[in-house]
Amino acid sequence: MNWITNYVRPKINSMLGRRDMPDNLWIKDPDSGEMIFHKDLEENQFVVPSSGHHMKIKGKERLRFLFDEGHYETLENPKVAVDPLRFRDEKRYIDRLKENRAKTGMEDTIINATGEIDGLPVAVTVQDFSFMGGSLGMAAGDAIIRGFENAVEKKLPLVLFAASGGARMQEGILSLMQLARTTVAVDRLKEAGLPYIVVLTNPTTGGVTASYAMLGDVHIAEPGALIGFAGPRVIEQTIREKLPEGFQRAEYLMEHGMVDMVVSRLDMKATLGRLLRILMKQPPGTVIDPEALPAAASDEAPTPAHA
Amino acid sequence: MPAKPGTGIPYCFRLTGSVFKVSWVPRVLASRMYNYLDFEKPVADLEGKIVELKKMSENGGAVDVADEISRLEKRSRDALRDAYKALTPWQKAQVARHPDRPHCVDYIAELMTDYTPLAGDRAFGEDNALLCGFARFRGEPVAVIGQEKGTDTQSRLKHNFGMARPEGYRKAVRIMEMADKFGIPLISLVDTAGAYPGIGAEERGQAEAIARSTSACLGLRVPNISVIIGEGGSGGAIAIATANKVYMLEHSIYSVISPEGAASILWHDSTRARDAATNMKITAQDLLEMKVIDGIIAEPLGGAHRGREAIMQAAGEQIAAGFRELAESTQDYREHRRDKFLAIGRTL
Repeated sequence: MNWITNYVRPKINSMLGRRDMPDNLWIKDPDSGEMIFHKDLEENQFVVPSSGHHMKIKGKERLRFLFDEGHYETLENPKVAVDPLRFRDEKRYIDRLKENRAKTGMEDTIINATGEIDGLPVAVTVQDFSFMGGSLGMAAGDAIIRGFENAVEKKLPLVLFAASGGARMQEGILSLMQLARTTVAVDRLKEAGLPYIVVLTNPTTGGVTASYAMLGDVHIAEPGALIGFAGPRVIEQTIREKLPEGFQRAEYLMEHGMVDMVVSRLDMKATLGRLLRILMKQPPGTVIDPEALPAAASDEAPTPAHA
Repeated sequence: MPAKPGTGIPYCFRLTGSVFKVSWVPRVLASRMYNYLDFEKPVADLEGKIVELKKMSENGGAVDVADEISRLEKRSRDALRDAYKALTPWQKAQVARHPDRPHCVDYIAELMTDYTPLAGDRAFGEDNALLCGFARFRGEPVAVIGQEKGTDTQSRLKHNFGMARPEGYRKAVRIMEMADKFGIPLISLVDTAGAYPGIGAEERGQAEAIARSTSACLGLRVPNISVIIGEGGSGGAIAIATANKVYMLEHSIYSVISPEGAASILWHDSTRARDAATNMKITAQDLLEMKVIDGIIAEPLGGAHRGREAIMQAAGEQIAAGFRELAESTQDYREHRRDKFLAIGRTL
């Protein structure tokens, strides 16, 4: 908070506020309040250089930074019944879907990709929080199942980046069923003897943690990520107490034995590559220098694979 | 509001939400406590009058009231039938949570013999919200898991209102693994508002415990049957409800979030629970139509709590029939269960 917010009357403040830079050019670090130029942030994988704060990152960006030379192929997601409940709250669910599709250019929250990490073929599933808070419904459930089945077919290890507020309530019981359905997919991958690594990112809560996101062979969390079953507000309302400092954050989960490590996004590729090569019994790969990451502005659209 | 206390008509006051509790109980019915739901008010009034008349005649009143009583009894039965003819989803939610509704312990006591409860997750503690053990169902060995909400303040506290902590789910996994090892079928009885949202529960990995329980249940090599007897609340319910056959009682509910929770998140107004209950499709009938469950167990008129024997009988029959059907199939129980869950939603 700077001195202006404290000393300037609200009306004047809001007038000043309007003259601010457009927020897509300068992004504010929620930790320090520092403004960062968007290009600088993007080049640093949306990790604030000075504070190390991990901002949310789009699924496609994540994949580009993760795979060797930023190259990967995506799987086509299965078609599912749309809005089977004909649900409406303050808005119709179908309208929410349309809005989110227009806003994100995605059909739903899941992207399945395959490519190489440190020279090793890997299946990667990312959940994009920008699409309805990464909520888990039928489309996401079926896409996740598809990703796991593809990994089993091709005998690939699977890395899943979770980011979700939980089950998609607008799909009622059918969203709850995705907990069971995705669990079947995870179990079949494990039975095939293939490694499953979960990367828990900010935030991963609710039904998503109560299923595939907590069933990994290895759990990695990004620094500061909120991870938990019940949301902090629900807990506060139930127990009517203030929650302890750092509660449900990545570091807290590691301390309580729920995650194996907390890894900066900048070291994620190297960590995954090293670990997967061991689990897949492959010789060591090249040591990745975090300074020599793929250039930020390769706008090449990856070609979808119809496997 | 019915009349004042002491006039012979049960005196009602609002307990919580929409449950009336009778505080003044006539001598003839001193062993019973009545709980009426909002929409049962006509029934409550009539039954109140009946109690009053019965008391009068017992005290040797001059007038013969037998005719009047039987007339009122008929009217009260009709009123009950009317009230239950077409329950709304929200009313069903109330019946599903009715304080007098038979609970897990009742089903175990009535349907099973040699029940031997087992305790503890061998890691941290014992959780009384989730009962686990072995027993005999119609003479055959079974493993049994179920949430118990408790029936009075003391037992509700003991059972944490049926909201299990990670220890409960880890104990469930232990019992499932044991059932698998010894080839004993599993029955699970679901009745929970959800897993407990607390600091300790989160600290000890509530989400992980639920996920493991769901996975263990899905992976069983033995047949299992799950019955939603009251409330099937979210992850805390599905953790023990991924069964070869899933049945729901006629007025039970099963949902991704409580109607109140959905109302406060989606409508930003917790009083819109009625709308949430309707829109989310939480009733047994809705779920059967969506092919999420395998069957509905009919409840006696006025709900399971008005005919305990009848509901026990019906539940027992359905569970037995379910196991018979499963025994006839040649498919591997685990693959049957997994394929069944993968198929959910694909034909909608």
